[in-house]
Amino acid sequence: MSFDTHGPGLWYATRATGLVTLLMLTASVLLGLLVAGRFSSQRWPRFLTQGLHRNISLLVLVFLVLHVGTTVLDSYTSIPLSAAFVPFASAYKAGWLSLGAVALDLLIALVVTSLVRNRLGYRTWRRLHWLAYACWPVAVAHGLGIGTDRSVTWVIAMTLGCVGCVGVAAAWRIVNFGAR
Amino acid sequence: MNTIAIARRGVPRLLAGLSYYHSADLAEHERIYGPLPVVGRRFIDVVDASGLTGRGGAGFPAGRKMRSVAAGRGGKVVVANGCEGEPASSKDRLLLTRLPHLVLDGIVAAAMAVGAADAYLCVHDHETELMDWLDDAVAERTDRVRVTVTGIPGRYVASEQSSIVQYLTGGPAKPTFAPPRPHERGVRGLPTMVSNVETLAHLALIARYGDRWFRSAGLPAAPGSMLVTVSGAVCRPGVYEIELGTSIGQVVASAGGPAERLQALLVGGYFGAWLPAGVAWQLPMTHAALKAAGGALGAGMVIALPVSSCLLAETARVVRYLAYEGAGQCGPCVFGLPALADAMTDLAYHGGRGRVLGQLATLLPLVERRGACRHPDGVTQLIRSALRAAAEDARRHDQAGPCHGVVRGPLLPLPGDDR
Amino acid sequence: MRLRVNPIACAGHGMCAELLPELITLDPWGYPVLASQDVPAELTGHARRAAAACPTLALLTDNSLVTDSPGPRHARRA
Repeated sequence: MSFDTHGPGLWYATRATGLVTLLMLTASVLLGLLVAGRFSSQRWPRFLTQGLHRNISLLVLVFLVLHVGTTVLDSYTSIPLSAAFVPFASAYKAGWLSLGAVALDLLIALVVTSLVRNRLGYRTWRRLHWLAYACWPVAVAHGLGIGTDRSVTWVIAMTLGCVGCVGVAAAWRIVNFGAR
Repeated sequence: MNTIAIARRGVPRLLAGLSYYHSADLAEHERIYGPLPVVGRRFIDVVDASGLTGRGGAGFPAGRKMRSVAAGRGGKVVVANGCEGEPASSKDRLLLTRLPHLVLDGIVAAAMAVGAADAYLCVHDHETELMDWLDDAVAERTDRVRVTVTGIPGRYVASEQSSIVQYLTGGPAKPTFAPPRPHERGVRGLPTMVSNVETLAHLALIARYGDRWFRSAGLPAAPGSMLVTVSGAVCRPGVYEIELGTSIGQVVASAGGPAERLQALLVGGYFGAWLPAGVAWQLPMTHAALKAAGGALGAGMVIALPVSSCLLAETARVVRYLAYEGAGQCGPCVFGLPALADAMTDLAYHGGRGRVLGQLATLLPLVERRGACRHPDGVTQLIRSALRAAAEDARRHDQAGPCHGVVRGPLLPLPGDDR
Repeated sequence: MRLRVNPIACAGHGMCAELLPELITLDPWGYPVLASQDVPAELTGHARRAAAACPTLALLTDNSLVTDSPGPRHARRA
């Protein structure tokens, strides 16, 4: 199977994986808010919310690898690998791309600190985990600003939907359990 | 009063130099008790041999505590706990206001023995006059140990050992989760000896007169003397020094005897236990004997309750006070203690529906030992002992309603009452 | 394996009771009550998972004490 780095295939892959990542990241944030707000019901135990939150967050990393990989491999835009981690490392849409790098850096910090939670201690971990509330909006901004699909209606609708869901969940969490 | 007299007599020992009129300054203190000898590491063996146990309530062997602190690594710290959180106790206050140099001697002796260069003398921070007083006393001295008088925020639970250690390390004055213990990692992470001021006062005398002298009072298994605060329906409430093993009846007698006929005695303070008068009278004041009787020696308080009072009402009042004096850190205490307070109030002042005793039986095991400190345990012990000591009354309250004693004014002191 | 709850860290999320119902139940206020401090051999995996799930790291497992028979019993310190 030949791998065409010149055609639009990789470009579609980048956009697709980017959108899926956004959806999964939103799901992770939603689940995180549900954990903090102590959501549970007859058929939905709390450990499920938390288990999904953790697993989906790891999946986000997987999709990010694909998203970054397809972007770097795509020869249409010469974006170096460093641009995935370092802001302004690429000239192509430097600002919006940098937001993606920032979001990725924050996400790596969030995942790594969560994996070593036991060693960090709860209080330190909790304070660092607030970065999630920076990571997600930066990712959303990256997705909107990078402009690739800004004119596609369903993408806009989907993004707005994500924002709406997180807004509702955040309000619910604050009402349900204050600022604990 | 001179030092030879102290070495011979039983009691008083700590209170031998007590004057009603003034506090002993350094010169007078040395005239009465003699100067403090220099002690080193081997003093710990002497303290071990003396059998001195902590006088703050827990009764932990002082020598063992000193040994584990001295064995730690790094600098050491000595903390003297003079906060006296118990509203019904006045002995620490007496020592600090009238015999401060005895306490300071003890701090210095302990510091020299464990190798500490730093010490803290802690009282509640609203006691500004007392703190100035103690500052003056410290200023009179020329010890190599640096003693800092420190004010601790004034909640009941703030005077608990781990609260003080956390506060001195820069955190809030709240209890911490058990390991590590202060003697391993205490103030600023250093091995810390936290002792009640009375315990340290005893150390001051042991440094002068030795372990055999200390053991010449009290019982072989419970040596030495202790301070007790006697209050309630007695003719002469106050602080008295007794030999360990003295019966509760003798303690009440030395406080002038009962002012009315007694139904029960609260021994050990609000974290102690009620004992029916008949049972309590012969009991010796030792940790072992009181524990065997379902009580506790605590910090040496004896409160005499007359038959004209309602034991359940008094207990309900105290429990309600204690319910809101926790640190607010642990769910079972934050929710359980107010629930217990409600149930006790119901039993004492309303009752009559036959449900409350059952409620208490369900709640008590849900609160015991489920907090980070002993605050909830003290409350449950108090309630259990009340239900035992006034079992008949409790049944009658539950079935038929409150007794006539409820209309009498409260006896047990609480902060905020007019003293 | 011994099980302990840090009551200060515990915020009453209740996941431990969902994941280890054999040993942990919740009191009327949502806080865990341990039926026993000793974890029988067949439940150690579940206990570890419950401890990892606790959002505030309040459930602690301690492997330094070993029970040599199933069922809650007084463990001797190794």
